Amino acid sequence: MVLSLACLLTLSVSADDAFTTAVNGLKTRSFADKYVAASQIAATSHPRADVVLNALLSGNLFTQRRSDLVVIATSLDKKGYRLIDAISGESLGEVGRRGAKKISVNNGLRRQLRGLIAGRQLSHEDSRLRLEAVEAIASSGDKALRSVLINRRLVEQQVAVREAIDIALVVFDLDVDDNLIRLAAIKASSDNLHPTVRVKLTNIANDQSVSTDVRSAASEALVNLETLSKRYQMVETFFFGLSLGSILVLAAIGLSITFGVMGVINMAHGELIMIGAYTTYVVQILFPGAIEYSLLIAVPAAFCVSGLVGIVIERSVIQFLYGRPLETLLATFGVSLILQQAVRSLFSPLNRTVLTPQWMSGSLEIAQGLSITYNRFYIFFFALLVFAALLLILQRTRLGLEVRAVTQNRSMAKAMGIRSTRVDIMTFGLGAGIAGVAGVALSQLTNVGPNLGQGYIVDSFMVVVFGGVGNLWGTLVAGLSLGVVNKFIEPAAGAVMAKILVLVFIILFIQKRPRGLFPQKGRAVED
Amino acid sequence: MLISRLLDHEKGGWAFLAVLLAAIVVVPIANLLIPEDSVFHLSTYMVTLLGKYLCYALLAIALDLVWGYCGILSLGHGAFFALGGYAMGMYLMRQVGSRGVYGHPELPDFMVFLDWDSLPWYWLGFDQFWFAMLMVMLVPGLLAFVFGWLAFRSRVSGVYLSIMTQALTYALMLAFFRNEMGFGGNNGLTDFKDILGSSLQTDFTRIVLFVSSAVALAAGYLLCRYIVTSKLGRVVTAVRDAEARTRFIGYRVEFYQVWIFTVSAVIAGIAGALYVPQVGIINPSEFQPLNSIELVVWVALGGRGTLYGAALGAGLVNYVKTILTGALPEIWLFVLGTLFVVVTVFLPKGVVGVWHQLRSRGTHD
Amino acid sequence: MYKQMMKLFLLVLVTASSSWVSAADTIKVGVLHSLSGTMAISETTLKDTILMMVKEQNAAGGLLGKQLEAVVVDPASNWPLFAEKARELIAKEKVDVMFGCWTSVSRKSVLPVVEELNGLLFYPVQYEGEESSKNVFYTGAAPNQQAIPAVDYLMNDIGAQRWVLAGTDYVYPRTTNKILEAYLKAKGVKNEDIMISYTPFGHSDWQSIVSDIKKFGSAGKKTAVVSTVNGDANVPFYKELGNQGISAEDIPVIAFSVGEEELSGFDTAPLVGHLAAWNYFMSVDAEVNDEFIDGWLDFIDDDDRVSNDPMEAHYIGFKMWVEAVNKAGTTDSNAVQDAIIGVAVPNLSGGIATMMPNHHITKPVLIGEIQSDGQFDIVWQSSGSVPGDAWSDFLPGSKDITADWQAPLACGNYNVKTGQCSGQNYE
Repeated sequence: MVLSLACLLTLSVSADDAFTTAVNGLKTRSFADKYVAASQIAATSHPRADVVLNALLSGNLFTQRRSDLVVIATSLDKKGYRLIDAISGESLGEVGRRGAKKISVNNGLRRQLRGLIAGRQLSHEDSRLRLEAVEAIASSGDKALRSVLINRRLVEQQVAVREAIDIALVVFDLDVDDNLIRLAAIKASSDNLHPTVRVKLTNIANDQSVSTDVRSAASEALVNLETLSKRYQMVETFFFGLSLGSILVLAAIGLSITFGVMGVINMAHGELIMIGAYTTYVVQILFPGAIEYSLLIAVPAAFCVSGLVGIVIERSVIQFLYGRPLETLLATFGVSLILQQAVRSLFSPLNRTVLTPQWMSGSLEIAQGLSITYNRFYIFFFALLVFAALLLILQRTRLGLEVRAVTQNRSMAKAMGIRSTRVDIMTFGLGAGIAGVAGVALSQLTNVGPNLGQGYIVDSFMVVVFGGVGNLWGTLVAGLSLGVVNKFIEPAAGAVMAKILVLVFIILFIQKRPRGLFPQKGRAVED
Repeated sequence: MLISRLLDHEKGGWAFLAVLLAAIVVVPIANLLIPEDSVFHLSTYMVTLLGKYLCYALLAIALDLVWGYCGILSLGHGAFFALGGYAMGMYLMRQVGSRGVYGHPELPDFMVFLDWDSLPWYWLGFDQFWFAMLMVMLVPGLLAFVFGWLAFRSRVSGVYLSIMTQALTYALMLAFFRNEMGFGGNNGLTDFKDILGSSLQTDFTRIVLFVSSAVALAAGYLLCRYIVTSKLGRVVTAVRDAEARTRFIGYRVEFYQVWIFTVSAVIAGIAGALYVPQVGIINPSEFQPLNSIELVVWVALGGRGTLYGAALGAGLVNYVKTILTGALPEIWLFVLGTLFVVVTVFLPKGVVGVWHQLRSRGTHD
Repeated sequence: MYKQMMKLFLLVLVTASSSWVSAADTIKVGVLHSLSGTMAISETTLKDTILMMVKEQNAAGGLLGKQLEAVVVDPASNWPLFAEKARELIAKEKVDVMFGCWTSVSRKSVLPVVEELNGLLFYPVQYEGEESSKNVFYTGAAPNQQAIPAVDYLMNDIGAQRWVLAGTDYVYPRTTNKILEAYLKAKGVKNEDIMISYTPFGHSDWQSIVSDIKKFGSAGKKTAVVSTVNGDANVPFYKELGNQGISAEDIPVIAFSVGEEELSGFDTAPLVGHLAAWNYFMSVDAEVNDEFIDGWLDFIDDDDRVSNDPMEAHYIGFKMWVEAVNKAGTTDSNAVQDAIIGVAVPNLSGGIATMMPNHHITKPVLIGEIQSDGQFDIVWQSSGSVPGDAWSDFLPGSKDITADWQAPLACGNYNVKTGQCSGQNYE
């Protein structure tokens, strides 16, 4: 009733009044009525229409409690809000936490809002924004916007935008009643793996009221899509495996230094990873404006922090235990309890939020329907990079030479003038630092909490042992292959069984080759 | 006699047995006969607590047998403990009979809930006490035998073996978490009613369980002493100290290793079986690799290679844990962690080692 | 060294024994929540909530003219240790009531102890139902107070036709999904339109499952995910959803175990619009809620902290216990058990919570959408309060069972068909 009255008013009074009425119409509780109000706002040419719609979409549109005005609010760090009148744009000062009440938006409304905003944006001078707008309209599926697209097609100058509109129109055309247009659209989308296309094709294929040739064309297209997606699925699974494997490698590679090269069974390795992840968190707190670069800062920072913690552990505990590998296990187990509880008291037992930079979110589309998520993509290469760097250090630097010398024959190395204490410190620091770097990567995938490390410690040991203790290449091959095997078993056996089978496989494998994939050769092996 | 032969030159062992014997006599009297308001009354809470420590002590002795005397560091002994516990738990579940929440005459509640219509084959026979007890020993023993035979035959040793035992217990944990396995999934087996016809909630049953644990601990200790003082024990110690040399002398090292490993697993299984009725629940978290590592710490803390030291370590750590989790809930992990570090670094022979050192210093003065 | 060790031990013993000397004439409130281990992340807050309630009650003059004293222990996320600590609290510390547990397995572990020693336990977390003990009061939601309304909302308001039931492999998701499966089928959903998937605790590699969900969701019908994924596994799950481009507008995920506290560890940007069903949200617009939040932020002295549903459950449980003790005039367990049935206290969403004869309480059902600030916007609310149902009507084994702790029935597990009261551990 009120709304129809509002509609009548828009005809008679000036555009400003229509805008004001529509904005106030947003105060209703019903989402359907909010949509009506929002589309009225979108229909006006009021200069603040875009601002209001965007504020509504991003959840910044409030009502001030005292005056019941519709306002745009900026949060002041949980203490309150700074308010701006939505209609006039005047500042209304600051209010406390309860001084303003949010105008809520739900999923349906959000999708419709995107369409409305895109409709307005379609005539924006920036062609990139126009492209975004076309995509937003296509995925909103709002049939009312089809005509907007067609109109734009007529005047659009840019080729890229025109093509995007054509693709978007095909999706809309699937719903058109004209059989010819439909058939053409079906043909055009038979290699389009976009989910909306599949949804629409399936609907057509199952719709009894549609003519048979259209339906059979649709099911044919679906079969086509099915084979295509099957093929992609294999590629995808392989990548999933590599990604899981690269995480295993990252987690294990620091251990393969401390454990493989030095013979220290470092149960606190997981906690060193955790410290790396917390370093990322701290870096993001310290530089709140530089989230995009935070990981680049966090990698060296985590290396240093974890490395230092590692050196402290080495100096305070492990140096007394060289030559007693099994006892390092016990002492570092104690260290891991202490570190966990320390983090718990320092940062609270709750998980911490580590933000994902823009360039790490979303996915890289290799082909329609085959995409690789950016974070896993980067982490895979990051793992390879860390591996290469480590290999370089061990093979090409003085430190690496000394490390290898000490590992092979400690007393001989000492006799040659190598300061073995210093080498021990550096090696352990290096292994610990690498664990910290792994923590930075893991912070992008999983919880950053006091228990982060525990989930990886057993797996890390498996990888190192499977690959062959003391062999970096072994760790790489072991990690990647276990990841891939795990992922190929998973669809058939389920996540848990896949893991169990992999473990059983490792146990049996070690019976066949008691020193792993790439056993160390020479006399040094026989303790 | 036999006992005195086993404990020749083992004053600590005598003391250990004496303490156990005293506990067997005193605890029942203090709990059942002395009235509750007396200072000498021992609460049921303490009885179950002590009973639990005894089971842990037996488990620690089992580990010390393989680690202290044979040099095999198993990071998976918790698995044998838990398997024994599950076998006992299955018996206790069958004893519930039709008194479960759904009132099914045969199936445990969680199976009714998962819509199973009959008992899976591996649950058959567990309604018989003797069968369950047989399984308590047989299942961990068999697993240890197969695993040990594979591992020792191909000379998997040292750290490799430790990590493999860890993989074993980890795989078992994941497996038992699965509801499809038919062992109650994450919740495990719980809500037990009675054992051999007497209710688990009476003080008398608890005392009987306590006494059985103490007796089992004493027997386990003597059995281990018997093994390590026999000729076999000597060979095993030789394997620990110089495996290659023993092999070249002509001993089939792997036979000895498998044998000791299996015996140890059986003892761990018995410890688990005694543990479950006293704590009232068995679930997959007992398989956690961390539990097994903690167990190693008990043994190291008490004193590796002395048997009674392992038992002492188990009791000590768990007593400290009990107190601290109540008294200093926020910082007890710091204390426990520091304790582990300090003991490993400064007391490589554990508490028993310190004792010996102090005494030998005393005689020198 | 030896001397230092001895000193340490003495220190430990002294601190320990000091807590044994009980302060004279206080009413003791036991707090049985994990402060270390995997569950510390969720349970620590609940310990603080009870400490705050105790403080407030003492400031308001205590109870029955006595002061309250909280006894905190740490069961360290270790299930057998829960039983041991429960026994310690009741038998040794002689607490009059306990607030505690989070996971079902910890409750199951404690259950025989509280029943044997006739204690009182208030359990604040949404759970699978299928239980009603004489000594336990369930202040969290039963499945009919959370899961079923949530599915109704997705079906009626979002138009979902295809369903993914994803959960961690333990008893709560198993039960909930079983109830939901039966419910959906009763509503005419076909078998091929339901996909059920279980993952282990702390599952971190969601690539394959999320990709399966994506495929399942592109079959031409509106698809929704009902998630009973537990705590730690949620962050990687949502991250993977966001990265693989599944937005809430395409495939909404409704979660039963993700609340404000869990969200405070998330980067919420990719989650906006996903849903959660609870009986309380921090964003509830009610005066009593504002007061509670102010008190909480003041007590914990950190403006960044949030409140959540299990905290509200403890708030209600504590108030109910206080009411019942006042009504009975004693803290005696049996008297409180009798007095508490029918006790009604205000909840934090502006309504009233009543203790039912089956030891569950009445609750409103709220559905919220995740916002970028880590709060929920309430998009749906049940018209009134829903009483908790201990035994689900949608499970074949339990549809004939009811719980009623009032005389003459006084049974938590009464089969109306056979007239039998089974599964009880007391006379």
